[in-house]
Amino acid sequence: MFLSINNVQKSFPNQGKTEQVLRDINLNIEKGEFVSLLGPSGCGKSTVLNIIAGLLRPSEGELYLDNQQITKPGNDRGMVFQQAALFPWLSVEENVMFPLKKIMKKQEARETAQKYLQLVQLSAYANHSPHELSGGMQQRVAIARALAMSPRVLLMDEPFGALDEQTRIRLHDELERIWVETKKTIIFVTHSIQEAIKLSDRIIVMGTQPGRILQDIPIDIERPREKHLQQMAQYEEQIMKLLKNEIDKVAEEELKYAVSN
Amino acid sequence: MQLAIKRILFFIGLFALWELAIWIFSIPPVILPSPTTVFSSLFESLADGSLLKDLRASFSRLLIGLSIALIIGVLLGILLAKFKTADETLGSLILALQSIPSIVWLPLAIMWFGLNEKAVIFIVVLGGTIVMTINMRTGIKNVQPLYTKAAQTMGSTGIDLFFRVILPASVPYAVTGTRLAWAFAWRALMAGELLSSGPGLGYTLKYASDFGRMDMVMAIMVVIGVIGVTVDILIFQRIEKKVMIKWGLEQKEAA
Ligand SMILES: Nc1ncnc2c1ncn2[C@@H]1O[C@H](COP(=O)(O)OP(=O)(O)OP(=O)(O)O)[C@@H](O)[C@H]1O
Ligand SMILES: [Mg+2]
Repeated sequence: MFLSINNVQKSFPNQGKTEQVLRDINLNIEKGEFVSLLGPSGCGKSTVLNIIAGLLRPSEGELYLDNQQITKPGNDRGMVFQQAALFPWLSVEENVMFPLKKIMKKQEARETAQKYLQLVQLSAYANHSPHELSGGMQQRVAIARALAMSPRVLLMDEPFGALDEQTRIRLHDELERIWVETKKTIIFVTHSIQEAIKLSDRIIVMGTQPGRILQDIPIDIERPREKHLQQMAQYEEQIMKLLKNEIDKVAEEELKYAVSN
Repeated sequence: MQLAIKRILFFIGLFALWELAIWIFSIPPVILPSPTTVFSSLFESLADGSLLKDLRASFSRLLIGLSIALIIGVLLGILLAKFKTADETLGSLILALQSIPSIVWLPLAIMWFGLNEKAVIFIVVLGGTIVMTINMRTGIKNVQPLYTKAAQTMGSTGIDLFFRVILPASVPYAVTGTRLAWAFAWRALMAGELLSSGPGLGYTLKYASDFGRMDMVMAIMVVIGVIGVTVDILIFQRIEKKVMIKWGLEQKEAA
């Protein structure tokens, strides 16, 4: 198995008590798969991703990437956040070169950066400052930066969440093309059902309180998927039903909280 | 443009009123010199080169003092931000020192260094160091966690993370710290020169006052004020603005 997550639990201290955020997370992901984590807000999607990235340690359980245990962050796992997190003191090209500094010579790093900027179609902006780019362009640079260090897995935490609808749709196509070209394994966090169906080979639907995996749904639709709207709608309905209970649960919890205060 | 016109009109009006008041109430020049005499002694000191000499002396002290202050401030700020124990102990001392105007150290400084250049530079260093330290500490503590997280996922840790991410990310605070350090150092320098030995702007001011040349005193006050404002606006505020925009902390004004 390429990436395996075994019996991961995660608790956070919360006002003196420990609150369980993730329960019994078991997940196996094949090389080259595009997997989405889908679920209501607060169900622990980001926490799962941060644990895979090594930014958080699980309270219990283990993770393995190519049979190597994950214990800390490393450049074998690239991450793209909701905010582009580009470094403002570096140019676009220098940002993409950032992870390459220790693994290759400067000239080679520059050529690699150029190659990945081409992949996201932003070569013309190599010498710009990040603040001169639109949000969508910044996010594409962040993708180029994460890919430039040739990670084995690309982790994406609602990478298009802060963008407008048109830009998001364009970037879906772009991400799909990049995925086909690079054959990367991608783990993609989203709370948009359509986004997940459009992009993923598999959708891991998560429930909340505590965060856990509800169902693992393979999406069996030919790509490009825009031509199969019928099938997409069916999946959407199925997932909608599944999540309805969860969303009700969140709303109920909110209500209880509001009443008790 | 309108702003400039408003300001020019304001100052012309102010000087006219001032001149008029002196003429109407026949105020003697040792109490308040008239603007015309102030400006004529300003030109006089410009013409005979004494002003330039004073400026050069003052600025060389300032540059030495400020440079030392900035270096110490950056290092201390890093120390306080990175080591909790240092922050809890040395940090509290620095906060306490902040409320003491640096000029009150002059008697001690004169005992340590003698009535000379060094004592004044010491006051300037003290004046600049503390604000720089405090700003640098805040800057390093306030680096967005997103930057450090992103860097970590790209394999950057420890010293590498510090020099390539934390330090550059805190540049906006360092710039603000430098600007404030300049302002404090400039005030400290003038106070120090006033009470110490020459040459220098402060010293000449004191000298003029001993001879009752209030027109000269005010001329030097004008120079001190103009330099203070000009350096702040022309150099520091510009740099600060550019950095803020580049670091995404401030939006560009809509054109
Ligand atoms: N550092 C932390 N300390 C305490 N609790 C935390 C911490 N990080 C996350 N949590 C809690 O864990 C739960 C899951 O958070 P997480 O950010 O993983 O959710 P999410 O599914 O990504 O939500 P969203 O869709 O809103 O981003 C939340 O209830 C949150 O309050
Ligand atoms: Mg999240």
